[in-house]
Amino acid sequence: MQRSDLVIVGAGPAGMAAAAEAAAHGVTVTLLDEQPRAGGQIYRDVDRAATKRGDILGADYRHGATLTTGLSQPGITHLAGATVWAIGDGFEVSYTCGGRASRIAGDRLLLATGALERPMPLPGWTLPGVMTAGAGQILLKQSGVLARRAVLVGSGPLLYLIAAQMVRAGTPPLALVETQTRRDLLRAQRHLGRALRGWPYLVKGLKMLAEIIRAGVPRYGGATDIVIEGDERAEAVSFNYKGRARRITCNTVLMHHGVVPNTQAARSIDVPHRWDDQQQCFSPVVDGWGGTEIDGIFIAGDGAGIGGAKTAEVAGRITALEIAAELGKLDRARRDTLAAPLHRIRAREGAIRPFLDTAYPPCQEALTPSDSTIVCRCEEVTAGDIRGYAQLGCVGPNQTKAFGRPGMGPCQGRYCGLTVTALLAEANGQTPDETGYYRIRPPLKPVTLGELAAMDSPSQDAAE
Amino acid sequence: MKTASPFLELEEAPRVRVRFDGQPLDLPDGTNLAAALLAVGVQVFRHTPVSGAPRAPFCMMGACFDCLVEVDGVVRQACMLEVAAGMKLSRPHQDGSENAAQ
Repeated sequence: MQRSDLVIVGAGPAGMAAAAEAAAHGVTVTLLDEQPRAGGQIYRDVDRAATKRGDILGADYRHGATLTTGLSQPGITHLAGATVWAIGDGFEVSYTCGGRASRIAGDRLLLATGALERPMPLPGWTLPGVMTAGAGQILLKQSGVLARRAVLVGSGPLLYLIAAQMVRAGTPPLALVETQTRRDLLRAQRHLGRALRGWPYLVKGLKMLAEIIRAGVPRYGGATDIVIEGDERAEAVSFNYKGRARRITCNTVLMHHGVVPNTQAARSIDVPHRWDDQQQCFSPVVDGWGGTEIDGIFIAGDGAGIGGAKTAEVAGRITALEIAAELGKLDRARRDTLAAPLHRIRAREGAIRPFLDTAYPPCQEALTPSDSTIVCRCEEVTAGDIRGYAQLGCVGPNQTKAFGRPGMGPCQGRYCGLTVTALLAEANGQTPDETGYYRIRPPLKPVTLGELAAMDSPSQDAAE
Repeated sequence: MKTASPFLELEEAPRVRVRFDGQPLDLPDGTNLAAALLAVGVQVFRHTPVSGAPRAPFCMMGACFDCLVEVDGVVRQACMLEVAAGMKLSRPHQDGSENAAQ
């Protein structure tokens, strides 16, 4: 079996930065990523896209190219197009690459699996033509494809970013239907002092808003009762704005109300997770170095709690220093010297989060949707179904599977897990921690029997 | 001009021929398959095995599995594939009557 000192899952900012930092200290690294090119979602396809449409995507995006460049140093093996589907003891990572399944072992394992869009179950969100704002960005970054007549729904900086990019590309969105309220902004004021440490972000945010407003894109703040209408595909967004019913016809709806850690891989190996009230999601329990409660397993970047791309990059480097020290490539004093400025950058980068999290909270009607709204997209289970299971005595997400299969479709709960926990917690008067989350099991992604059968080194353990 | 598509393509790229439900489609070579299908106006990628409801790409990052299409006989995520000449694509569970193909 192949072997490396360190196996990293995910070639986004955290994974790429960690690989480069670790390799610089003599650690051998294998970096697995399911995309054909490095970058993660935030810097998706940056090496190709930055030259073609870097002006539309902006300088923050182009920064990603410095990270992909860092991968071309000896000691780093970047396996592109490698989908990880199981993690075993001794950190044996099973993956499929180019139709072939293989395994690689690492003395240390770093999960840099990033974030997922927070599920936004609103009526009609399963219709063709409805996508996440992140999907809209990926279409633009990787493929240069833009929605012509789109309505953006939700809240948060990413919504403004994609709107501004669409304006720059000459296809402004038809409208921004925003779910945050004036009261949220007022509540966020008390975090403004701290947020000023991250003033460049505030300036960028105001610039993006100015671009959107200058382009004449209507904004409907504090929108409620949002419904995506359509039969075979999305045709309109209807909502309530200042007490009046509105309806905007469109072809595409891009929705977003924050991102949450992608915890599938970490949960599959029983890394403990805890509910984060500020970010309204579960995050793995990690120390200041990214270490989990399982020796040898680390998590860095948004997968450890949402902090954004720059925070992820710095966190990746911090974790790499600790791993290099544990492997004896770096003494503790040197680790601390190198990490000190990185800890300072991380603190500065994180200063704006409480302001953003309070000013742009998740949309309440999507956190606990109306009864008829589908929450599990794969198995088409509604919020009312989940509430019904709770009435029958169902207390945890795993039990719901026996009632109606939520979380058992191909996405394995990625887009319903948090909603099911929230609905059960509300119905049973429990906290999200008490309610818990789906038990995640391998395979994390589909693998064919043919790929399994052809694995280069059949597992002895599996046969026993 | 592909006036039927709700999407705009910023650049032109050399195209290769694939078949989608038997119909010839010319897609930009080597690009993301889901994006390429959306850009030429494919609006429904599949129908769900539960109710037969239409679906199309939602997350574009391999997480939601809504962009599943049958590629040369295997059901796969279109957003995780690149366009190649001669691909035979079709919609899985066309009428919602079949069970999951895998």
